[in-house]
Amino acid sequence: MSGKRALYLAGIAVVCAWVLVPLWFIAANALGGQAVISAWPKPFIPDAFSLVTLGEFLAIEGVFRAMLIGIEVAVLCTIFSVLLGLPAGYALARYTFRGANAFRLMVLLTRAFPVGILALPLTVGFIRLGLYDTPLGIALMHTALALPFAVLVSASLFQAIPRELEEAAWVFGCSPFQAAIRVVMPLALPGVSAVAIFAFVISWNEVFAASVLSARNRTLTAYLLAMLSESPLTYQFAGGLLLIVPSVLFIFLVRKHLFAMWGIASR
Amino acid sequence: MRGRNLPYLLIAPAVIFLAVLFFIPLVQTIALAFETRSGPGLGNFVRMADDLNFHDAVVNTFRFVGLAVPLQLAAALGMAMMLRHLGKGRDLVLWIWTIPLGLSDLAAGLIWLAILNDKGYLASLLFHLGIVSEPQSWLTYESPFALFVAVVIAEFWRATAIVIVILVAGLQLVPKEYAEAASVFGASPWRIFTRITLPLMKPSIQSALILRTVLAFEAFAVVIAIGGRNFPVLVSEAYNWQNFNQEPSVAAAYAVVVMGLSLAATALWLRLLRTPAEQRG
Repeated sequence: MSGKRALYLAGIAVVCAWVLVPLWFIAANALGGQAVISAWPKPFIPDAFSLVTLGEFLAIEGVFRAMLIGIEVAVLCTIFSVLLGLPAGYALARYTFRGANAFRLMVLLTRAFPVGILALPLTVGFIRLGLYDTPLGIALMHTALALPFAVLVSASLFQAIPRELEEAAWVFGCSPFQAAIRVVMPLALPGVSAVAIFAFVISWNEVFAASVLSARNRTLTAYLLAMLSESPLTYQFAGGLLLIVPSVLFIFLVRKHLFAMWGIASR
Repeated sequence: MRGRNLPYLLIAPAVIFLAVLFFIPLVQTIALAFETRSGPGLGNFVRMADDLNFHDAVVNTFRFVGLAVPLQLAAALGMAMMLRHLGKGRDLVLWIWTIPLGLSDLAAGLIWLAILNDKGYLASLLFHLGIVSEPQSWLTYESPFALFVAVVIAEFWRATAIVIVILVAGLQLVPKEYAEAASVFGASPWRIFTRITLPLMKPSIQSALILRTVLAFEAFAVVIAIGGRNFPVLVSEAYNWQNFNQEPSVAAAYAVVVMGLSLAATALWLRLLRTPAEQRG
């Protein structure tokens, strides 16, 4: 029996290694300094760690700016998704109204489409509106990706908060708006922050729409994609590491909400 | 009166937003794809199909989706079942397994490029094992099969995580009593899995398959990171026609094909894995 258990734990460990070792390799490549670049065979653990390669990469014209633009786009996308998604989710959770199901269906329908591809025809309209090649334009497109998710998840968040609390607030003289802000929101805040973080990661990671809708003001993903064919591998790996670090941190922050959110959002 | 309109006021911003940034571009994409100089027609689709890369792109896309998605589902099912018997440390293991969930396909492509490039870590490992003595250039146009395998591995590594999350969330909704009862009556673990657990997980398997198939049809950065332009797929061709050939209407034709495939796949999964109304919880 204990032999079986040991085999089982070994299996778990192997899968953990399958996930973690590739992450280690790109970090070792990006942080291993000059020696690692041309080394053959590659050392699995670099002799020394240095930030030289990463620094060089960041010093390339446009890289640091692309990072800032990536962050700006993701923050805008987060704000839009939360501002538009929360009220809609609240309506779905608290009211029965004609069209509620049609709205739910419309939101679900977007998930059967590769939304990023819809950026293709937007270029013309965006040029006309002055949105092409701006962080705002990319953020709007990314919000179309993140909003359905924000609506569905916040609906289930609000559903989990007892209606009685709100009604009590009304009795004590709060307006419905005050009750929603002062009573419901504090309770929903952890879930809402998870929604926000997810919107941020969706936008930070998106490549296609960001590439199509920008020319000079590129996000980090669009910048990396554009320079793939012309830059040395080391810089590509440094860029990859920069892409990865915030995502891993954010997923760590929302790990507790992940399953509740997907259990609901996928029903 | 105000109270009755309130829900509509609350959903209005989201509805308007989705109308402007989802439905309008959707219609525009289709219109653009069917628009030619001599009026509406299939001209853009003909140009798309006549292109040298089109055939490869179709074949590669289908092979990629057809292999990556079932692999992800099988692995995620196995991993979700493994987690059931883990007591302490379950949260930590689950967190580790879901790390790739937050990564873009571009990042996953770059990670596997670090491993599989000519002086990469796989070649180094083979060197240490005495199997090869020189750097190995696998990822070139001369070895399309190796490119294909590399792209599938990268996508498998990255996107299995989201399937695990959906399946584990679904598994939490499955009462343990059924499996316990079957066990009491002497059913083997495999039989319990195939006859009880799997059917009860159908709704979450269905949503995982829909999500993954749509996103796999859309994957392109991983392909470009690993194969450059040597492993064309439908979406990377759409990207090339838009950005390099400056032909938005042919790119739109590709987009229409991808959308059609995504919808067809969604319809297929909805039909194949339908849960009868009386079985819904």
